[in-house]
Amino acid sequence: MMTAYEKLKAVRSSSRPTAADYISRLFTDRVELSGDRRYGNDTAITAGIGFLDKAPVTYIAIEKGKDINSRMRNHFGCPQPEGYRKALRLMKEAEKFNRPVVCIVDTLGAYCGAEAEERGQGQAIAENILELTRLRTPTLSIVIGEGGSGGALALCTTDRVYMLENACYSVISPEGCASILWKDASRVSDAADALRITAQDMYKFGVAEKVFSETFADFDSMCRDIGRRMSSDIKALRSLSREKLLTERYNRFRKFGIYEEDGVTCGTAL
Amino acid sequence: MFLSSLFSRGAKNAPEQKRTCSFCKAELSASTLSGNLYICPECGKYLQITPRERIALVTDKGSFSELARGLKSVNFLDFPGYSEKLEKAEKTTGEDNAVLCGAAKIEGMPCAVFVMDSRFIMASMGSVVGEKITRTFEYAEKKHLPVIGFAASGGARMQEGILSLMQMAKVSAAVGKHSSSGNLYISVLTNPTTGGVTASFAMQGDIILAEPGATVGFAGRRVVEQTTKTTLPSNFQSAEFVCEHGFIDKIVPRNEQRSILATLLRQHSIRFTGEAI
Repeated sequence: MMTAYEKLKAVRSSSRPTAADYISRLFTDRVELSGDRRYGNDTAITAGIGFLDKAPVTYIAIEKGKDINSRMRNHFGCPQPEGYRKALRLMKEAEKFNRPVVCIVDTLGAYCGAEAEERGQGQAIAENILELTRLRTPTLSIVIGEGGSGGALALCTTDRVYMLENACYSVISPEGCASILWKDASRVSDAADALRITAQDMYKFGVAEKVFSETFADFDSMCRDIGRRMSSDIKALRSLSREKLLTERYNRFRKFGIYEEDGVTCGTAL
Repeated sequence: MFLSSLFSRGAKNAPEQKRTCSFCKAELSASTLSGNLYICPECGKYLQITPRERIALVTDKGSFSELARGLKSVNFLDFPGYSEKLEKAEKTTGEDNAVLCGAAKIEGMPCAVFVMDSRFIMASMGSVVGEKITRTFEYAEKKHLPVIGFAASGGARMQEGILSLMQMAKVSAAVGKHSSSGNLYISVLTNPTTGGVTASFAMQGDIILAEPGATVGFAGRRVVEQTTKTTLPSNFQSAEFVCEHGFIDKIVPRNEQRSILATLLRQHSIRFTGEAI
């Protein structure tokens, strides 16, 4: 059994498939779309329209990059505000045409830098989360590597969330947690355990509905499995009325949290 | 839901009590401070103000009735040191958690209010904070009330792991529902508003106001400096800086907050109906 931190190190490895590898196997007849129509085009978010099993979907993915140049350009998969605004623009375009949205997530977190702050990184993420909670079309997301905090949630506030077997999803990186709480960077592994970041934890908390096993030796068939599940969930979500879809999404997020009220522990089951 | 009165738990300090200005280190008496709206008379900087003091400052006397009181945080991950932190914060603040919520009136106009409390584990957002703010928006939506939220936070409460991150989505969903029904939400950013709270409800207001000098940002200043190996200007992430960049409507001094909020409430209470021209 791998520890949480070993899993995290494994999914951060540059030899792992990136979003582009999933996109090319999951979606056919793709057209990539660019730009936030406000400031620029952040290539850390790659997005477009393609066909998933003959039905068009909008895909929005965080791409870490394939070589050193693209990794630098994409800030190693840490989107800028423009990336989140591009994502939002394309979510709204999908909504207009009742097209489902599929997000592929792999990020350490939103880009951390002065210019990102100046251009409203917090506001960009906040707006995406808000709009995703009420987007009038089915939404799915899959964490294929790392789901880093708000920068991941900006694409994961969806009807269904999937994770790969070794993928992690966390409110803060274990490195950040160890240094803030314990002022001790060497305790990263303890922090990773304490935070409960694994896909299996997410399934237990109800944060993810499905965990896919990683069979990279037969990557094509692994992607076919993922695609089949996406298609069947989209079909199920499409059968709901718009109102029911939004109510179910509201309730999906409404239930999260554990607290004590009148001496009784309430909320998400542990 | 739990209603109780504010003024039974007053914010009155004994007159001889002293407080040190966290900026210029001046020794100030509690009465001087409260008379000056907790603005340091020596250096003019805005000092921390408790949620109940804030409520007294902006809402009509006796109008506040508390909502969702009595929710307690649970250390459900057995996170090392969290139980002790909670116990200490509950003891020093006398509050159940890092946000105070309720219904109140401002110049006679009803609204729902929440005020975050940075004395309580840096007003980090865990399950209780998320639940209380969500209930406040749900209450306001049901009663067609505007919400006025005073944000302050170090970010998500990491001791509650992924469920603290999920509070951002939970509160946002409630903000969205309240907003989609045509209700007003005014967000007031106070020192400091950072991390997951900035990346969710603090930045989702129809109107976003801020206190002078408040730190407002997503990533912390030190983290940005360490990551990018740069030194940032001293005004970086000040409310004024964020306002200049277009993310805040107006910087409002403490002594003007009540009247500005009242004016905004009045402006939004007149609804236009019928056909557009």
